[in-house]
Amino acid sequence: MNGDLIVQNAPALLIAVPLLAAFSMPLVGRISRFARNLWAVLAMGFTAFFAAVLAYAVYTTGTVIYVFGAAAPHLAIPLDSGGIPVRIVFTVDAMGALMELIAAIVGLSVILYSLAGDSGRSRLESYYTLFLLMITAVFGMVSTGDLFNFFVFLEISALASSALVAYRIDHGRAVEAGIKYAILSTLGALLVLVAVGIFYGQYNFLNIAAIASRMQYTLLDEIALALLVGALAMKAGAVPMHFWTPDAYSMAPSSVTAMLVVTSQASLYGLFRVIFSLYNITLNASTVGWIIIVLGVLSMVVGVTMALPQKDVKRLMAYHAISQTGYMLLGVGVGIAVLNDPAALSAFGFTAMSGGIFHIFNHAMYKGLLFLTAGAIIHRVGHQDMNRMGGLGHTMPFTMVFFIIGALAIAGIPPFNGFASKLLIYESVFLFNPLLSIIAMVVSVLTLASFVKVFHSIFMGPRLPEYTEAEEVPLSMLVGMGILAAVVIVFGIFPEVVVNVLIEPAARALVDQGGYIAAVLGGA
Amino acid sequence: MALETALETGYGFWDPLVWILAVAIAAAVAYLIWRAGEEGYKRGTAQTEAFLSGNVQPEKGAIHVRAGNLYWGFLEALAQYYRRTVPVHTGVLNDYVLWFLGITALIIVIIGLMP
Repeated sequence: MNGDLIVQNAPALLIAVPLLAAFSMPLVGRISRFARNLWAVLAMGFTAFFAAVLAYAVYTTGTVIYVFGAAAPHLAIPLDSGGIPVRIVFTVDAMGALMELIAAIVGLSVILYSLAGDSGRSRLESYYTLFLLMITAVFGMVSTGDLFNFFVFLEISALASSALVAYRIDHGRAVEAGIKYAILSTLGALLVLVAVGIFYGQYNFLNIAAIASRMQYTLLDEIALALLVGALAMKAGAVPMHFWTPDAYSMAPSSVTAMLVVTSQASLYGLFRVIFSLYNITLNASTVGWIIIVLGVLSMVVGVTMALPQKDVKRLMAYHAISQTGYMLLGVGVGIAVLNDPAALSAFGFTAMSGGIFHIFNHAMYKGLLFLTAGAIIHRVGHQDMNRMGGLGHTMPFTMVFFIIGALAIAGIPPFNGFASKLLIYESVFLFNPLLSIIAMVVSVLTLASFVKVFHSIFMGPRLPEYTEAEEVPLSMLVGMGILAAVVIVFGIFPEVVVNVLIEPAARALVDQGGYIAAVLGGA
Repeated sequence: MALETALETGYGFWDPLVWILAVAIAAAVAYLIWRAGEEGYKRGTAQTEAFLSGNVQPEKGAIHVRAGNLYWGFLEALAQYYRRTVPVHTGVLNDYVLWFLGITALIIVIIGLMP
């Protein structure tokens, strides 16, 4: 297979490689533990490579179209279809490519971390099978240009994720969390399916670009929009539909929790894709924008205030994940609210959107890192209760340093990546509505306060007698955390490069509905 | 004026390299002050032990302030807020479903009513 073939088929390979690796994992696992681990690392490594290749192609040449079963990968419209893209079409623009980079980096870090971090668990073949299915689902959700396919990948993600949430069993508590997640996800997916049915009933096809080109914004379209906003905001963990998040995030193995953050963000991507690429200027931008903004503000405030009193380290971090999702909703929500006002969009709306999108990337990195450090701590002390922890900085210095990097980044302390994206949000949102910006800043202060508590409780203080045997975690876990920590630092030190090269093209791709439609339909 | 490496925010700019330079200079000054300090410090001797007005030092575990004791005042100040928000998080799946469906219904109404 030469280079051009890899680039051309990267969208399909992104799905095929983890899918095949997932279903062959039980067989490979029978050979030996080494073969199983190597299979998982190779599968994720190749998937990450294809994601990087695809992202490079998208950022250098523009939106990539891949049509399954077509004579050529880019032929979206068959000659005898009457101008309708009837096949399964993957449409990867800069926003999709950015999400693929996120999934690739976090997925690779998590797999490396899992080699040692989850080695003590039983039935690891099942674990890696489900994990690779989860990866497949995320790549599918952010690549597909078809609403029904999005629903299918959403379901795969929900099934694999809920099984992984329940993986530890933990006297039934993890199973309960997994069931809650499964039922809510299924209900959310049902609403998505109803919306898909509404579109099919009205337009006779399900390709996003094709529907967008004929969007009437009828009452049925409004209902479909509301169903999609509700379902995808719930899947992203927006308040007040966030209740599953602390349960699922705290009960899943930490490596899985880091990846759950990415699946939640894939849902957030779906929400933005629907609003910008499917509806765009046809919708009542101000109303929908304010709905997203209100969900964002509620998520920020309730998330951080509920995090402060928590004593379970992962539950606390889960509430912070909700709070950080609020920043993304706020930034992009402001962009949506001024979508029909070119002057405001140019003055601050686009920057707010860029800040929100940059925060999606940053959040996946530092929150993934924080969940991995939490997993490293739990790996050594055997529980999640911060009231029983202390003095671990003496014995786990590398984990402590990684935690500090993640904690400072999430609190928006310079020069880490969280500061850069929050600054973009603060300053642009301030021009839209100063009160929203002030709330965002206060939430950051509370986030810092909360992580000072975590840092003090876990790492500071004298070496406690019960943890004299505790020592630093194995190398592969440190490598997994190190990759994410490196991204957090580099993206924080060179934010202008990241924004210019990765973020602004993604924001522009989201706003440019005409470009998205033309890429698929070729101006048809 | 923004430098070449600065991130434009639409309202101002941010240059992390300048910030890092400032922190490095501050760290260097702090190091010089530390260097000029007391040289007689000996790690691991009696001079490093905490003096608690002549009282016996408690057990290691008793010294550490645990997570549950931090921010007590903050949580007390916001007790009214927490009395309302914490009970909403019931852990009951039926409640989760009701919140989800209720908010989705509200979104349908808002989007449907707004012109």
